[in-house]
Amino acid sequence: MHNVELLNITETADSNISNKKAENKKEKIKVDKLNAFFGNVKALNNISLSFSENTVTAIIGPSGCGKSTLLRCINRMHEEVSGTYEGIISLDDENIKDNDPVWLRRKIGMIFQKPNPFPTMSIMDNVTAGLRLNGIRNRSKLKEIAEQSLRQAFLWDEVKDILKQPGIALSGGQQQRLCIARTLAVSPEVILMDEPASALDPLSTNKIEELIFELKKSYTVIIVTHNMQQAARVSDYTAFMYLGELVEYNKTANIFTNPSNKRTEEYVTGRFG
Amino acid sequence: MNNLMHYKWRKTKNIIMASLCFISAIVAIVPLFIILFYTISQGISSINWAFFTQMPKPAGETGGGMANALAGTGILILIASCFGLPIGIFSGLYLSENEGSIYAKSIKFLVEVLNGVPSIVIGVFAYVVFVIPMKHFSAIAGGFALGILMMPLITGTTLEMISLIPHSYREAALGLGIPRWKTTLFVIFPAALKGILTGILLSIARVAGETAPLLFTALGNRFWSTQLDQPIASLTVFIYDYSKAPFDDWNRQAWAAALVLIVLIMIINIIFRFVTREKYA
Amino acid sequence: MQIINLIKRKIFKQQAGIISVEAPAASFSIKNLLGGKNVGDLVFQNVLRFFASILLLIVVLMVIQMVNQSMPSIKQFGWNFIKNNTWDPVKEEYSAWPFIFGTLYSSLLALLIALPLSLGVSIFLSEFAPRWLEKIVSLLVELLAAVPSIVYGLFGIFVLAPWLRTTIEPALGNKFGFLPLFTGPPYGLGMFAAVIILVVMILPIITSISRDVMKAIPVTQREAAYALGATKWEVVKIILGGAKSGIVGATLLGLGRAVGETMAVTMVIGNTPQISYSLFEPGHTMASVIANEFSEATSTLHVSSLIEISLLLFIITVILNAAARLIVWGVTKKYKGRK
Repeated sequence: MHNVELLNITETADSNISNKKAENKKEKIKVDKLNAFFGNVKALNNISLSFSENTVTAIIGPSGCGKSTLLRCINRMHEEVSGTYEGIISLDDENIKDNDPVWLRRKIGMIFQKPNPFPTMSIMDNVTAGLRLNGIRNRSKLKEIAEQSLRQAFLWDEVKDILKQPGIALSGGQQQRLCIARTLAVSPEVILMDEPASALDPLSTNKIEELIFELKKSYTVIIVTHNMQQAARVSDYTAFMYLGELVEYNKTANIFTNPSNKRTEEYVTGRFG
Repeated sequence: MNNLMHYKWRKTKNIIMASLCFISAIVAIVPLFIILFYTISQGISSINWAFFTQMPKPAGETGGGMANALAGTGILILIASCFGLPIGIFSGLYLSENEGSIYAKSIKFLVEVLNGVPSIVIGVFAYVVFVIPMKHFSAIAGGFALGILMMPLITGTTLEMISLIPHSYREAALGLGIPRWKTTLFVIFPAALKGILTGILLSIARVAGETAPLLFTALGNRFWSTQLDQPIASLTVFIYDYSKAPFDDWNRQAWAAALVLIVLIMIINIIFRFVTREKYA
Repeated sequence: MQIINLIKRKIFKQQAGIISVEAPAASFSIKNLLGGKNVGDLVFQNVLRFFASILLLIVVLMVIQMVNQSMPSIKQFGWNFIKNNTWDPVKEEYSAWPFIFGTLYSSLLALLIALPLSLGVSIFLSEFAPRWLEKIVSLLVELLAAVPSIVYGLFGIFVLAPWLRTTIEPALGNKFGFLPLFTGPPYGLGMFAAVIILVVMILPIITSISRDVMKAIPVTQREAAYALGATKWEVVKIILGGAKSGIVGATLLGLGRAVGETMAVTMVIGNTPQISYSLFEPGHTMASVIANEFSEATSTLHVSSLIEISLLLFIITVILNAAARLIVWGVTKKYKGRK
């Protein structure tokens, strides 16, 4: 009975979705009038949207549309390539610029396009790198967290006997899951994924997608992808971007079956992009 | 017909030029073999245990060794490393961290230029800074000169080896919420460490072969000395002094010392090539 | 299905809860007063800048100290220091022209021989040689650059000079004695030996930089030329056109090295301050006079004059190197930008 109630709530939430935000779930990240630049070149133009807790949001669009830039603004990696932005991005209603980026990035983890395990470290050391470098020395604690994270990333069974081997010795798909485990180990609240499966084979991609499905139960996931099927498979909400602008943002089902914007329709049906 | 002639001439010219290039390649590497041949053939007979362990004999007597010169070179390199390593490595890190800034760019330019300043001029500088105030030659002055010679080399390798580390590692660490400085020190630097270490080795090989800046700083010493404020012997100055001396036995020892030096340097250079090539692959 | 998911989610949350018991908050970085800057970063950055600034300081100090110590000589001789021919420690008369001449003459002659040779080698390496041969020859050329100059000097005194004296110089003197280059008795030790040693020493530098510059030229340019029916040599000429400024830079660097080369030259050039165009005559260079006389110079004016020579040497090499670096940087930047 209890479960049925919960189910009902979810269903009502799904049907009453407004255009720019997901109701009934807490808004984890809000982006307000965001303009991003590389030097004098404007990469994002007046973007406003919000991402809800425990959902997967996909950002799609043709290459160069600014989807990665949007992602990198959210955990302030944009600044690492000497980019700047105007507007307000907030995490739990707190402006992310008020805080140290280092602190922010521990709450907002990121998975990159190419798997990038640290080359000098073993699998074990890779997973615990974020913790160790922030001063956690307790070995049994580290081990415990490493196992938890690897389990969460569906990697534990494959690597539990070779934890001392270098992380770069794993296959591409395993490396990417290792990177995910590494991110989970610092216990973030939001996970950003920048085309996490674009360098992987279909089988590995499948595993990553299953993983995303599990992750959204405890995290807020934002994934950038150029693969529309992937967006349709894994996400609850989809944002379509074009030339640095947010064209449409809605429930994934709506975007793919009943887009309100003509450009979106052309893109998702494969007529351009 | 004319066309065909022209074509043939083009073909011939191609062959002539290719052969000329080939010949210059041979001319370029022949001196290496001649020098190696002479150094080995003249020096090998004098290489024995005593040569490494004994002190020089007084002029005119045969025999003796260069134990003090070996030790002296070691001490000079140690002093040089104390000056050169921290400044070189940290400057290299600074340059790699601040690629865009104008200050960093001018330092980088300065490093390149400093690299081209003749070692003898560096020696004169060390003379002015140490020998004039102390009023006598000293190991510390020699080590200082070698240290300055090392700095641009080490800054250069550090910068180069770090730039070989893909940017994605830096992003991975920053994305985990690791502060920049920890990222640089504990993720990027260790990844580049192997290359940097061999680069350091290479710069040590380079300064170990330096003579000019030692002539009027460390000067040389025919006796055993490990005191830093006193003149000290070195392998290269030993070769220089013994090569000018009118005794056959000393000339023979000069060749032997040159052989020791050249073997050391060649080995280090080949190791460096090997390690860096692995990196590129 | 939804229900199962909800249950799963609860379990998952619990797992996540275990993980987050020890959310290791960054030790001292939460909301600090430095406007979102990490304290550690700030400290680290300043430590690095401090060390880099020492480099700058050393160069500045070098210039100040050398100018300072040259003052007695600069005051005493003024411009005559670089114009006159006398260098006489006994009469305390010092002027550097013979050394400047010797430096320029030996370096330029060496460059004249080394440049075409190096270009030949670098063309061979970048265009003609198969990969395995290129690797071997490159390694050998680099080893040639690693030979310490004292070993070149040793070789010069005991092998090269005697050979020149007994074989080469008499032969050249007999055949070409009418040329000013080959007049005078064959000493062995002299300008000829110095030039030969310098050629061997600067060849690796010019070769490796020119080769790098040529290799930096995009493959598309080569292919475009081949597609027009060019022979290999004609392609090389196009490559050379593109690599021109880089080669100029490499040449300047080689010249800088030749100008500053000390030990090998000191040991073979004969150390006589005179101005002669003959290769057989002994000469002297700026670097060799410093190496020869510095540790024995006693009078203030003698030391000061030697330091003034090293200041001049410093200025010349800095100009050569700065120019070369600017040119080489310009070239590599151009091609990097095009990728």
